[in-house]
Amino acid sequence: MTEYKPIKKVVSGNYAAAYGALHARVQVVAAYPITPQTSIIEKIAEFIANGETDIQYVPVESEHSAMAACIGASATGARVFTATAAQGLALMHEMLHWASGSRLPIVMVNANRALAPPWSVWDEQTDSLSQRDTGWMQFYAENNQEVYDGVLMAFKIAEDKRVSLPAMIVESAFILSHTYDIVEMIPQELVDEFLPPRDPLYTLTDFDNPISVGALATPNDYYEFRYKEAMAMERAKKVIKEVGREFGERFGRDYSQMIETYRTEDAEIVFMGMGSLMGTVKEAVDVLRKEGYKVGAVKVRWFRPFPKEELYQLAKEVPAIAVVDRNFSFGQEGILFNESKGVLFNTDARPLMKDYIVGLGGRDFTVNDVRTIARDMKKTLEKGKVKEEVVWYHLKR
Amino acid sequence: MEDTLFGEKKAEARKLAFTSVEQYPEAPISLGTTLSNFTGDWRTFMPVINEEKCVKCYICWKFCPEPAIYIKPDGYVAIDYDYCKGCGICANECPTNAITMEKEEK
Repeated sequence: MTEYKPIKKVVSGNYAAAYGALHARVQVVAAYPITPQTSIIEKIAEFIANGETDIQYVPVESEHSAMAACIGASATGARVFTATAAQGLALMHEMLHWASGSRLPIVMVNANRALAPPWSVWDEQTDSLSQRDTGWMQFYAENNQEVYDGVLMAFKIAEDKRVSLPAMIVESAFILSHTYDIVEMIPQELVDEFLPPRDPLYTLTDFDNPISVGALATPNDYYEFRYKEAMAMERAKKVIKEVGREFGERFGRDYSQMIETYRTEDAEIVFMGMGSLMGTVKEAVDVLRKEGYKVGAVKVRWFRPFPKEELYQLAKEVPAIAVVDRNFSFGQEGILFNESKGVLFNTDARPLMKDYIVGLGGRDFTVNDVRTIARDMKKTLEKGKVKEEVVWYHLKR
Repeated sequence: MEDTLFGEKKAEARKLAFTSVEQYPEAPISLGTTLSNFTGDWRTFMPVINEEKCVKCYICWKFCPEPAIYIKPDGYVAIDYDYCKGCGICANECPTNAITMEKEEK
């Protein structure tokens, strides 16, 4: 193994994603521009124009077509990458099922952006969480480094034959996508050692063994394929941990856990959330600890597959959990709150849980906000029961 | 298998049908043709031919959209129930009312 010396670059989250795709030796990119993702695919186009890569870039007329082209390319055995956001992701929806159902390990970066109307280009997680049942793995990045690392790991996990499912790396609009930060990049030869060329489950270009893809399955056969996909997603949990551990051993940043815990050891209150806002939460935890609050943070890295076992182990030890959801499911509650509460139902873990709806449409979420939530949560803990389960935290009253 | 539309070919293909989850490929590729995937179980009403009324005009044979009607060596028509979806077009077109649609009990 060659000695690892990282190359430090100051890049936006979008450029981190583009460099991730470049270093992963992606062969085909089909994408359609949409704010705040556009500079990812612009950067890739620049790599091609500069002769740094021979990626086949397929310009298309919509996101639906972008994913369709990705599916065709991936079915030939190529390594395929794309990127989108919000309305574009929604337009892709049908094709997302085609990608996962065909078991194609496409990797896509989605820049979280609030859905219209009213028009917004700012950060919110509802776009990607609306795609939770499409059979795509979902990784939520906290910072630009995790965007870059996430893309590299996603290919390795997605292409593992035990999994063979597509993966979505999710970054926050502007907070990550357009904000510059130091990212440690990995020299190409070391990426190549970590991520060898794709060995596909099947390929359309094996002309001695022709196959058909996307054919009909009658009610007599369809059911078994859904079971196989469900089992692949279960196996993905193990592969995620393996690949995350290997990444840590090679490059010093460990991703062997599907959740990241921060100062939760003796915590009475734990803040739980996903994505960039967890950077703010961790900062707030340090501040609150100094002020005497026994608080910690849990970042859910992988939302699909869902870290059921890890959350149970956590919930067993923690008296109160405040979920910060930058998303909402109408008619129900915040999506992470809903899912995490759900996995505890048939267990003995019964923490007090409250859902704080924060930051929708890019509303700022600050350390001070976490402090206010901590105070509210402390009161809940003293009373010993949850009165108001879902709190629209920022609402002007 | 009796003398039907695809005869022995169909009988051979049927042996390839999946009977347990392990036999399926990991991804839904090359799932075989309708030689093994029968569509006849979508049917609610089944056409029944009365050979006493049949005049061998073969209008039903021409109209069947599947096609699930074949001509037997004796010249009369017969239905391949592995594929007949019970649409009733044959019964509707038959000029001598030799085909009746009967509710199928399964």
